[in-house]
Amino acid sequence: MSLLAEMNQKALGLGIPISAHLDITYRCNERCVHCYLDHDDHGEMTTAEIKDILNQLSEAGVFFLTLSGGEVLMRRDFFEIVEHARRLLFNVKVKTNGVMIREPEAKRIRELGVEQVQISVYSHRPEIHDAITKLPGSLKRTVEAIRFLKSQGLKVVIANVLMGSNFFDNAGVMALAGELGVSYTLDPTITPKMDGDRSILALRISGSELKQVFRSEDLVGDVEEFCASPPAPGDDVMNGLPCSAGHTACYVSPYGDVFPCVQFPLPSGNLRQQKFADIWQNSSQLKEVRSIRARDLPTCSTCAHVGTCTRCPGLAYMEGNMRGPSAADCEKSFQRTGIPSANMLSRAHVTSAAPLIQIQVAL
Amino acid sequence: MGDNTIAAGDNVIAEKYIARSSAIAARLIGGEMMIMSAVDSTFFTLNEVATVIWQAADGCTPLSDIVASRIYPEFEVDAEQAGRDAEQFVSDLSQHGILLVSEKPITPASPSEAA
Repeated sequence: MSLLAEMNQKALGLGIPISAHLDITYRCNERCVHCYLDHDDHGEMTTAEIKDILNQLSEAGVFFLTLSGGEVLMRRDFFEIVEHARRLLFNVKVKTNGVMIREPEAKRIRELGVEQVQISVYSHRPEIHDAITKLPGSLKRTVEAIRFLKSQGLKVVIANVLMGSNFFDNAGVMALAGELGVSYTLDPTITPKMDGDRSILALRISGSELKQVFRSEDLVGDVEEFCASPPAPGDDVMNGLPCSAGHTACYVSPYGDVFPCVQFPLPSGNLRQQKFADIWQNSSQLKEVRSIRARDLPTCSTCAHVGTCTRCPGLAYMEGNMRGPSAADCEKSFQRTGIPSANMLSRAHVTSAAPLIQIQVAL
Repeated sequence: MGDNTIAAGDNVIAEKYIARSSAIAARLIGGEMMIMSAVDSTFFTLNEVATVIWQAADGCTPLSDIVASRIYPEFEVDAEQAGRDAEQFVSDLSQHGILLVSEKPITPASPSEAA
């Protein structure tokens, strides 16, 4: 076990939130077609409020701090916030689109000792990337920002959200990352909007495209191993936790709302009304999340993929039940291995059990 | 002998002042300090004794004082051995830029100054 894994295990045992994701704003200078956020400012936290929350997170034991948005640089106090976070000795990761990063900003980020900067790039072609961000010239600005950050010696990761419209540009973005000397990650996950609007899910790549991703050695490494049939789950799997959300990780919105994870919008308290430690230790919502083990999942506990599935409880929650399956992850498990999930089989059963012809008789 | 030297047997050893680098991330988790270098992402965990030295590394307390006042009485270890272990620990961490070592007191730096 690595030192980091050991510390994670220790944090889990002690109930310490070792990772926190803080969105400091939902405002953004891009309007990405797949974004789940409401970009209007409904009263985001002040600088003093954010600093106070950082103090509380530090006291609670948070080590890994992700600052994200919206676009973090839309806040004029961004560097003041980072400086405060670094003074508290957080390991800081920043997520940005890079559009507002020029040489002085890159230099400041390096001076403050930011661990990593993650930048979204959707295509190597401006016509595709800019059509997704709806900001003309954004790819050019973003790539320039990556060069500025790299020239400062910073660790940069390009994050590419894969959709139908940019699926075929994946190799191009990966080549661009190679040319820039930065890491590359790919995410085919599109989540519903915060207001529950699920229309953007239509942007998801198709099952066959997902299968192509999982068969790409460049992306998954050993394809045979990655796509292997799942082993039979043992007691350790059935007694295991679904993920770190609410256990060693948490999310804080620009309005001070606390959630188990950025992808798990279960309101668990608000930092304008309660202290973080109080929410973390006493929130009934977080306690419920923590109580769930794989064996408690009605459908997933019977599924062949239970031990290897990437099931996201947040996506399941957005589908109506945090103990239920996440259809997007069922699809991933299926496309990876060719074995349908228990959820898929039960849905197919329901569909096939329905009458072939329905006749409505007018009365 | 100047102010910053101590005698150890027949040898004269320069006193050491140690300060925590600010180009790091650090947090105390269950009595153990976890530290990551912001320079090369090397990850360290310090045991209880090392954590005490780390926390006492204020740049103005000599290492020998830290060992004498915080390690020797608290952990009931052999004084000579404790001194040698502390020297080794300081040497290891300073090689990774995690601890700053000087023969004179060190003024603490802010994150932006230290990176």
